[in-house]
Amino acid sequence: MAVVALSADPRGMPAQTREVHAALRGVTRVYGRLAALGPLDLDLVKGEFFSVVGPSGCGKSTLLDVLSGLGRPNAGSVTFEGAPVAGVPDGVGIVFQEDASFPWLTVADNVAFGLRRAGTDPAEIARRVDYALGFMGLTDFAGAYPAQLSGGMRQRVCIARTLVTQPRLILLDEPFGALDQQTRLLMGDELLRLWRETGATVLLITHALDEAAMLSDRIGVMSSRPGRFIEIVETGWPRERDSRIVAEERFGHVTARLWSHLREESLKAIGKKSVP
Amino acid sequence: MTREREVIMTRERAVTLTRIAWIAGFVVLLEAVCRLHLVNPLTLIPPSEMATTLWGMLASGEIAGDIARTFSTVAIAVVLAVAIGFTLGVAIHALPRVRQGLDPLLASYYSIPTFVFYPLFVAIFGLNSVPLIVLGMAFGVPAMILATLNGLDRVPRVLMRTARSYRLGRLATLAHVVMPSALPYLLTGVKLALAYAFIGIIAGEFILADAGLGHAIAYAYDGFENRTMYALMLFVLVVVTGLNMTLHAWEGRLMRRRARA
Ligand SMILES: Nc1ncnc2c1ncn2[C@@H]1O[C@H](COP(=O)(O)OP(=O)(O)OP(=O)(O)O)[C@@H](O)[C@H]1O
Ligand SMILES: [Mg+2]
Repeated sequence: MAVVALSADPRGMPAQTREVHAALRGVTRVYGRLAALGPLDLDLVKGEFFSVVGPSGCGKSTLLDVLSGLGRPNAGSVTFEGAPVAGVPDGVGIVFQEDASFPWLTVADNVAFGLRRAGTDPAEIARRVDYALGFMGLTDFAGAYPAQLSGGMRQRVCIARTLVTQPRLILLDEPFGALDQQTRLLMGDELLRLWRETGATVLLITHALDEAAMLSDRIGVMSSRPGRFIEIVETGWPRERDSRIVAEERFGHVTARLWSHLREESLKAIGKKSVP
Repeated sequence: MTREREVIMTRERAVTLTRIAWIAGFVVLLEAVCRLHLVNPLTLIPPSEMATTLWGMLASGEIAGDIARTFSTVAIAVVLAVAIGFTLGVAIHALPRVRQGLDPLLASYYSIPTFVFYPLFVAIFGLNSVPLIVLGMAFGVPAMILATLNGLDRVPRVLMRTARSYRLGRLATLAHVVMPSALPYLLTGVKLALAYAFIGIIAGEFILADAGLGHAIAYAYDGFENRTMYALMLFVLVVVTGLNMTLHAWEGRLMRRRARA
């Protein structure tokens, strides 16, 4: 097994400043008779970039559901900024796995949605929407309707719509699933830049191991259903980083380590035994 | 505009032109049949005469009162049918049990012969607009309930979750997510409510009323005033078709905007 240097703190901060931003304790989720998740524990550190990888159907979206307060766990507790979660707390932004753009609104109106509902000052809305559109490369499509955009662009609309509200915890469920590999890498860079600039905590669900390895401070590897964390891998990347780290030797080690855990679980998920 | 869209637009224009051509052809044929005396002039008059008679009646203002009466009654019936149908639809959608019980009733609403109850309505409410409004709403309300249920069923789950992720309350979710998402389906309900209101109210006026277009048509019919009768029928036909086409065009625009390429 490849050895990955695990530093005590991936961002080189002294241990005592590691403040828990959101926490799951003994969380389980059951759908009817199907155990979908847990029991599972997780501490998200304030300001970290945490990714979740796991075999298909292992409960990743369910984890996001419970953590965001959209769904209630059957057992265990969920806290955000020290308070128990019931309903989506203020300061949490979500990007869903499915296309969630509003087809009746233009791109700009989609992005402005959350701010308008929150009653933000119109001049401030215009300023933030402009910035978010530029950030996501959507400026030329501000007046277009989602139906006129590609799947990847619609997903960018949804990301922009979440980002403009400046959440302190951003939950993203496979947001780049519809993108090609090159765009995916570049969007990853943008996400890193945003994460650095805002200081937000990010939880990213992805099925791409290289994406997880490139973006994250820590990566939680989930077992097949019911999903639990079988290991949490610390990458030790500096806070200043971008997609060029894929060229580093260490990147290969992290990815290989993720795969060594995941291979077994993925085989289980598709109903096969491990082949030696 | 992309080339694909241009092609679609041209095709639509072609469809519209064909439709107009068909109508024009039918009118010309009717005109010829009448002018050649193939039908008794006491039975049918040429379309051109219908039009000139109608023009005269409109210009003189003699039917202004009837028009105002019928249209205001229809307007009230449509607004009430849409508002009541939508509200009931939202309520029924929120109560699955109630819905299960109501489903078979709603699905067969059109088989109820509401006109049979018209005399009863008149007896209850008196000979005024109220029984006509009730008659005009009788089909519109269930049609709007069904359209609302259909629209609400089709709001994507992820959009409802998005609403919750923005911490919208019930009313805000209804106004900013559910209604816009369901709008094309709601429009179908409005279209039906409008058609049903015209049918119910003009027929009601025809049976028993002291004013209104239906009453004027019946009056002309009883007095053998064929020109007046056909002119009024032409008027109703043109107005109803025009209104329906306007709604249809709006619906088409919404659908096109949302159609995923
Ligand atoms: N609302 C629901 N009702 C019943 N079962 C559900 C529901 N949502 C999810 N499940 C089941 O729970 C399990 C976990 O689902 P989940 O969507 O969390 O997996 P996932 O890891 O996100 O999968 P994917 O990689 O395909 O996105 C699956 O077996 C799924 O079929
Ligand atoms: Mg999922």
